[in-house]
Amino acid sequence: MIQECNFLWLIPFLPLVGAFINGSMGYHLHKRLGEKINHSISVILPWASCFLAFWAFFQLRSLPEGSILVNHLWTWVAVGAFHVDLAFSVDPLSSMMILIVTFVGSLIHVYSIGYMHGDKSYWRFFCYLNLFMFAMLMLVLGDNLLLMFVGWEGVGLCSYLLIGFWYEDLNNARAGMKAFVVNRVGDFGFLVGFFILFWSLGGVWNETGYQITGNFSLTFRELGGMIEAASQKQLWGVPVLTLVGLFFFIGATGKSAQIPLYVWLPDAMAGPTPVSALIHAATMVTAGVYMVARMNFLFVLSPTAMTVVALVGAATALFAATIGCFQHDIKKVLAYSTVSQLGYMFIGVGVGAFWAGSYHLLTHAFFKACLFLGAGSVILAMHHEQDMRKMGGLGKTMPITRWTYWFACVAIAGFPIASGFYSKDEILWKAFNSGTLLIPGWIPWLMGFLAAGLTSFYMWRSYFMTFTGPTALVHGHEPEEQKPVVTWVLAVLAAGAGVLLFIGLPHLWMHTPSAIEQFLSPVFSAASNLPVAGFGHGAEWGLMAASVAVAVLGLMVAWWLYRGRKSEVPGRILERFPGIHRVVYNKYYVDEIYHATAVSGFLSISRISNWFDVVIIDGIVNAVGLFTRVLAWIDGVIDTYLVDGMVNLVGWTVKNTGMRLRRIQTGRLPTYLTGLVFGIVLILVLVRFLMDTTS
Amino acid sequence: MSTIGLQHYLFISALLFSLGIVCVLTRRHAVAILIGIELILNSASLNMIAFSRFGQGNIQGSVFVLFIIVLAAAEAVVALAMILALQKRMKTIEVDKTNSLKG
Repeated sequence: MIQECNFLWLIPFLPLVGAFINGSMGYHLHKRLGEKINHSISVILPWASCFLAFWAFFQLRSLPEGSILVNHLWTWVAVGAFHVDLAFSVDPLSSMMILIVTFVGSLIHVYSIGYMHGDKSYWRFFCYLNLFMFAMLMLVLGDNLLLMFVGWEGVGLCSYLLIGFWYEDLNNARAGMKAFVVNRVGDFGFLVGFFILFWSLGGVWNETGYQITGNFSLTFRELGGMIEAASQKQLWGVPVLTLVGLFFFIGATGKSAQIPLYVWLPDAMAGPTPVSALIHAATMVTAGVYMVARMNFLFVLSPTAMTVVALVGAATALFAATIGCFQHDIKKVLAYSTVSQLGYMFIGVGVGAFWAGSYHLLTHAFFKACLFLGAGSVILAMHHEQDMRKMGGLGKTMPITRWTYWFACVAIAGFPIASGFYSKDEILWKAFNSGTLLIPGWIPWLMGFLAAGLTSFYMWRSYFMTFTGPTALVHGHEPEEQKPVVTWVLAVLAAGAGVLLFIGLPHLWMHTPSAIEQFLSPVFSAASNLPVAGFGHGAEWGLMAASVAVAVLGLMVAWWLYRGRKSEVPGRILERFPGIHRVVYNKYYVDEIYHATAVSGFLSISRISNWFDVVIIDGIVNAVGLFTRVLAWIDGVIDTYLVDGMVNLVGWTVKNTGMRLRRIQTGRLPTYLTGLVFGIVLILVLVRFLMDTTS
Repeated sequence: MSTIGLQHYLFISALLFSLGIVCVLTRRHAVAILIGIELILNSASLNMIAFSRFGQGNIQGSVFVLFIIVLAAAEAVVALAMILALQKRMKTIEVDKTNSLKG
């Protein structure tokens, strides 16, 4: 059932208004009226969007299952049978996404008031944040692939702008550029997938040209019904849907920082911490997961694509977790943790447990935003020091930050008292029990399981290094707790990370599907009949226990090594295995490998292009120029010596004649009179003789 | 002596004209030149009146002479005024010396 809902357009539009006001007038408002007016505008409008998102959510709940709210604005593109509308739609998945984006986003806007206080580009920050909200909401609300792509590109742009927010520092600008370029690689995959999908849905070539067969649509709900028709087609000997799925997944790896395109996310930590929390943890990086979940009808038809998604997700989860264990920068730890958690989400959507992946997306948005903002609070207190080795003992002076960070660690590490356990465990169980993949389900499970233990370890490590031990001093003072505008946001996010567990209590305990599974099931109906391996309840209980055990193990190891920062063991371990440490600390030299291969390859191509440009293209241009110059020179010679010569000759002749003739103009009257008289006589004589000769 | 006829008048007139021309060409004094011009004019008048008298008997010649007298008077006025101006400006009326209009 499709219900028209005419206020949906306001949800993305309101932040756009904020971005526009702050973008066009923010500087003057800031100068005249101070920071208050900037953040008032930019904070109130997202909250208004959040209110509307809740309203849409409740409206959707009041309708029967399987309904969607649609707000059709106008026809965007209409070319023959190709028809795209500018329309927004809310189904359970996108309603969950807009709630995350508007609620967590608005909270982070509030937090930014405290974090960005005193920045000289305060207004610009809020302008970008609001613009990001607009783009992200376009992405999740868009009714069709094309509109989603608009938002997809928009968030990439805002990410670039915000990473390079403090662009005076070359490293920040460079990180922004890296994020943008790597995202472009992913976007290329998205576009290629888009085109192949389009081709596969379309018609056939025959002697009269391209014939469209059947209907053409890019809206998600109609695509779902049409995709079956394309399942038999092949391109380059590969089923076309597998190709489409893989190319879309390349897009997702770019946006969601998966192997091989994850390299931009750790560098993106150069941006202000609220940006890291909003864009690079809670919302934008989940766009890839959202896209795969949104296209679930496509992925379920291609086990190959799903296997790739799940394996890449699992590999990323494990790989990033190992790097996260050895980082010293608190934001880098959280960045690798984000990459790793996104890997979990891809395991979830890859094994067909789309709702579990989406649920992890939801819980992760809360606890990771809380962690990032907690880290931001610590960084502010330490006067922009991010190295955990220089922190310590902050728990005593910053209690709210400490306990919210602690609770978020509990959630991410997977203890059953917070939401992270339920979403992660559901993903791991679904992976273990999966029957759709080309490989046994225990392979992604095992990788995810190991990553879970590492996650617990490195999160507790960061907690102990930051909040326990002797108190670090900054400029001789103890760091202080932040203002309420910061701490309240932390508290709300931590509470959210706790409360959300109630919507995801597992089937095993409650004997009914969890609330979130029921809520999202209409969107993922295509995935409802995927085969399972068929392990029993015993196996599920066992895995659950193993998950808790590995989380506790991670905690114990971190406790032993880092609690109170007293232990000498970490240092000794590092001395024993310097090689391993160096390799992992330097992120397996992936950046260097990329630099040596892809980046330098492209640089040499651009150098060759540059050479071609300078030598060949410029050479042609210069040759044409030279030819013209020679021609002009010849023409100039002709002009100077021939044309001007003739003109001058006439002038010279007249002048010379005049010079000669002026001698007879003596000025003496008798001469003239003599001339007159003799002239007359001459005429008379001539007339006389001429008359004679003629008569 | 035969009666005085047209030839006599024409002879006198030609004589006067020649004298006038010689006067104009040889004299350097502006007033003398003016006098020469008057002689030329009078020779023309004489010619006219002679033809009028010995011609077909119309009086157009006589009328012409009247015009010439008036013209001569006017010419004398203008010329004398110019000569005065010349005297004032150049301190001389020797036409040989007033040659500032040369090319």
